[in-house]
Amino acid sequence: MGRTGRLAWPVAVVAGVALAVLVLPLVALVVRAPWGDLADLMTRESVLQALVLSFTTATLATGACLVLGVPLAALLARAADWPTLPRRALRAAVTVPLVLPPVVGGIALLLLLGRRGLIGGALDEWFGITVPFTTGAVVLAQVFVALPFLVFAVEGALRSADRRTELAAATLGASRWQVFRFVTLPLVAPGVAAGAVLCFTRALGEFGATITFAGSLPGVTRTLPIASYLAMQSDPDEAIALALLLLAVSVIVLLGLRDRWLPGVRA
Amino acid sequence: MSFRMPRAGVAGAALALGAALVFSGCAAGGGSAASRSSAPGTDAAPTTLTVFAAASLTEAFDALAEDFEAEHPAIEVSLSYGGSVALAQQIVEGAPVDVFASAAEPPMTVVVEAGLADDPVVFATNTLELVTPAGNPAGITGLADLADPDRGIALCDPTVPCGAASDALLAQEGVTASPDTLESDVKSVLTKVVLGEVDAALVYRTDARAAGDAVEGIEVPGAASVVNRYPIAAVGAAADRDVGRAEAAADFVAFVTGEAGQSVLADAGFGAP
Repeated sequence: MGRTGRLAWPVAVVAGVALAVLVLPLVALVVRAPWGDLADLMTRESVLQALVLSFTTATLATGACLVLGVPLAALLARAADWPTLPRRALRAAVTVPLVLPPVVGGIALLLLLGRRGLIGGALDEWFGITVPFTTGAVVLAQVFVALPFLVFAVEGALRSADRRTELAAATLGASRWQVFRFVTLPLVAPGVAAGAVLCFTRALGEFGATITFAGSLPGVTRTLPIASYLAMQSDPDEAIALALLLLAVSVIVLLGLRDRWLPGVRA
Repeated sequence: MSFRMPRAGVAGAALALGAALVFSGCAAGGGSAASRSSAPGTDAAPTTLTVFAAASLTEAFDALAEDFEAEHPAIEVSLSYGGSVALAQQIVEGAPVDVFASAAEPPMTVVVEAGLADDPVVFATNTLELVTPAGNPAGITGLADLADPDRGIALCDPTVPCGAASDALLAQEGVTASPDTLESDVKSVLTKVVLGEVDAALVYRTDARAAGDAVEGIEVPGAASVVNRYPIAAVGAAADRDVGRAEAAADFVAFVTGEAGQSVLADAGFGAP
C-alpha cells in the first residue's frame, strides 16, 4: 500500500475541488438555515404533517422492498451462472430505476396504474380502485426508486456469504427452505439491514416520481421533499428547514452504515 | 515506486489540465458575455433576451416571441415558463433574467420590492374555467361537484396565483372543494385533466382553450368576477450588465403591451388589461 499512500499534489488538489463541489452546497444550506426559528418552523402543522407522512410511507416502502427485494436479490445472485444475455437483462432491469430520472418513473407508473393506464384502467373499471393521488401511490413510487438499493446490498451479501456453510447444512439433511431460513438469511442479515436503511433514506428523499404519480395533497401525498419544494415558492425559511431535516436524516443514516455497504463499495 | 511516481504525476497533470480546461471554458463563456456587454453594437452575434413567464402564458408567449424575433432579427428570445411564484423567487436569487411576466401581482411585487424591477404594467387578464377530460366521463355539471370527495379533483396550490384565484372563486360561490392534488402550476393541473386522471379541475380559461379538444370547459357563473391581472416588467439585475439587453427588454415589454402583442394575447383567450 506504500506506493499508493501519497497522492501526487495535482491529484490531491483536484480531489479537493471535487469534494468541495459535493460538500459546499450543503454547507451553504447549513449556514443559511434559520436556526433561531427552527423549532418554530419544525412544529408547524404543515411540516409535521409532511414529516409524519414521509416517515410512514418510507417505512411502508422499506417493508415492501424487504419482502420483494430479498427474493429478487437471491435470483440475481443465482443468475451469475446464467447465460450472458438473460443475466445482463435481469441486472439491467434492476438497475434502470437507479439511473432513470425519477420523473420518468412517475410518468411510467402513471401510464401503468393511472385511471387510463395499462392496468389502472381495468382496476378502475372493475373494482373502482384509483391508485394515483393516494398515499399508496406515494409508497409505490418510493418502492420503484428504492428497491434497487436493497436488492444490490442483499445480492452483494449473498455472493460474499460462504457457500460451504449452506452445502454443509444441505448434506446434514436441511431442506432448501431450511437452508435459506436458518443459514443463508442470518449470514446476509447485515447486508439486508444495510440495504433496508439505504432503501429508507432513498424513499424519504423521493420527489420526482411522487409528484408526477401521486400528486401533492397535504396529509395524503405531500411528502417532505414536495413540501420543501412548494415552500421554496412561498416561504423559503420553511423550505430550508425541511431541507435541513432531510439532510440530517441522510447524514445520520450514512454515518451509521459501515463502509462495505455504501453504494459503489464492493465488499 | 520510482516508476510509479511519474505515472501518478502524469495522471495528476492530465486531471489538472482537464479541470483547467473545464474552468477556463466556464471563464471564456463568461468573458464573451462580458465583451458583448461592453460593445453591443460591434458584436454581430444576436442578443439573447431571457424572459421568465407564467406557465399559463406558454402558448401566447411562444407566439409572441416568434413575432418579436421576426421584427427584431438581432434579438433572440429565450423563454422559461413556470409557476409565477417560483420564477419570482429565482429572479430574487439572482437568475439572469431580462423580462418577467407574472400571472398575478403578488409575485411581481416580490421582484419589485427586491429592487429588481420598476413600473410593472398589467398587460392581460385571465379568468378561471371548470374543465373535465374530453367527453366529461364523470358527468360534472358545475362548481358544486368539486366538493364531492368521490370525484377526482385537481387544483392549483393556494400559494400560487391560479390556486389563489381558485380559492377566491370557490369562496365566492360557497363551495368547499375536496381536491385530490394541489399542483404547483396550472399546467400540471391541466395535464392531470388531459390524461384523464382527474374528473374535474379549475384552470385558466386560456389553458382550457390551449388544450383544445383534450378537455371540455364548463361555464362557471361568477368566474368572471375573479380576475387575475398579469403584470410584465423589465428586470434590472440582468439589464444593468448590458445596455443592449436592457433596450431589448424594454422593446419586448412595449411589444407585449402594444397592438401586435395584445392581438396575440386576445387570440389566446386573454382579456384586455
